[in-house]
Amino acid sequence: MSEIQGKADSGGKGGKKRAKKMSTKIDMTPMVDLAFLLLTFFMLTTTFAKPNVMQLTMPVKKTDDVEDTKIKASQAMTVILGKDNKVYYYMGLNTPNDKSVAKPEMKVTNFSASGIRQIILTRQHQQPEPIILIKPNNEAKYRNMVDILDEMNITNQKKYALVKISKDDADLIKESGL
Amino acid sequence: MPKVKPHRTSPSLDMTPMVDLAFLLVTFFMLTTKFAPEESVVVDTPSSTSEIKLPENNVITLTIDKDKRVFFGVDAKQTKIAALQKVGAKYGVNFTAAQAKEFGDLPNFGIPISQLGSYLSMSKEDRKSINKTAPGVPIDSLNNQMIDWVLESRRANQAIFKKPTYIAIKGDGGADVPTVQQVIKILQEKDINRFNLITDMENRPVAAK
Repeated sequence: MSEIQGKADSGGKGGKKRAKKMSTKIDMTPMVDLAFLLLTFFMLTTTFAKPNVMQLTMPVKKTDDVEDTKIKASQAMTVILGKDNKVYYYMGLNTPNDKSVAKPEMKVTNFSASGIRQIILTRQHQQPEPIILIKPNNEAKYRNMVDILDEMNITNQKKYALVKISKDDADLIKESGL
Repeated sequence: MPKVKPHRTSPSLDMTPMVDLAFLLVTFFMLTTKFAPEESVVVDTPSSTSEIKLPENNVITLTIDKDKRVFFGVDAKQTKIAALQKVGAKYGVNFTAAQAKEFGDLPNFGIPISQLGSYLSMSKEDRKSINKTAPGVPIDSLNNQMIDWVLESRRANQAIFKKPTYIAIKGDGGADVPTVQQVIKILQEKDINRFNLITDMENRPVAAK
């Protein structure tokens, strides 16, 4: 549909009566209004973006003939998620029953970029293949769990496991008083 | 000297191309849109840097809210109805055809199966108010209806679409970890080890070296 420029001549000089020529132009404004209204409506209601997901693969159910993999204390690092977004961590393993192993030193940090991320990165420098044990405390929030798994992705940490917190670890937090 | 006449253009401009474009976009959005179903529970998912997208279909969504309630949902209607009949038969609850149809339209639900029949007969408004106080799908070890829903949905989906299902966990940021871990543990016991945790998008920070 193309617009015809110029106004149709209406009303004439002289008494001659002419058939009134209607303009071929129609006012498109209401149509445009409607079109944009619909456009806005569909744009806002559409669910374009699929939610992002984080993949989590848990170990296969334990059978009797498979033994637990033992990890070396030099490789191990434990991260405990506590309440109020606190992150407790220590290097090595916590074995209070074995007196030959020194009690690990418990430290506390947070989820900021200079917090747990830096600690993991430094650890990766010191120890080429650390294994991180993530133990969410019962007071931790799901957000913390997602955050720490996300930190594993950010720091490119390949080996980590989500495990239940043991009583020994809970005691260690209490003792440290952090 | 001849007067310089400003070139007068008509103030009405040709809107035709704009209208064309507008209608093209309207048509596009009308055809591609898929209305977001109204969720029965509001959860505020935590954010992550993950860039993996949730698969389009064959997804079982387990929603966990702040109050430790678990809501169950499957995307495909046929799967939902088939699972409803199977789980209903197991617990000795029968559903009418109208209730089953209504169930097919539900995005998710969070009530024990014994109350599901009356819940499905309710109006949408009544359901909304029930959802606020609903106890969630039971996940206790004694009365674990969630695992039945998951297993039956997987089976039904496999039979109808011949495709495996993905398990998506949509947890509220404030949900407590023990509930999430219990859900994961229940599924692990049935040899379901892969989970998709639904998160919001977040820019990936550069990890300093």
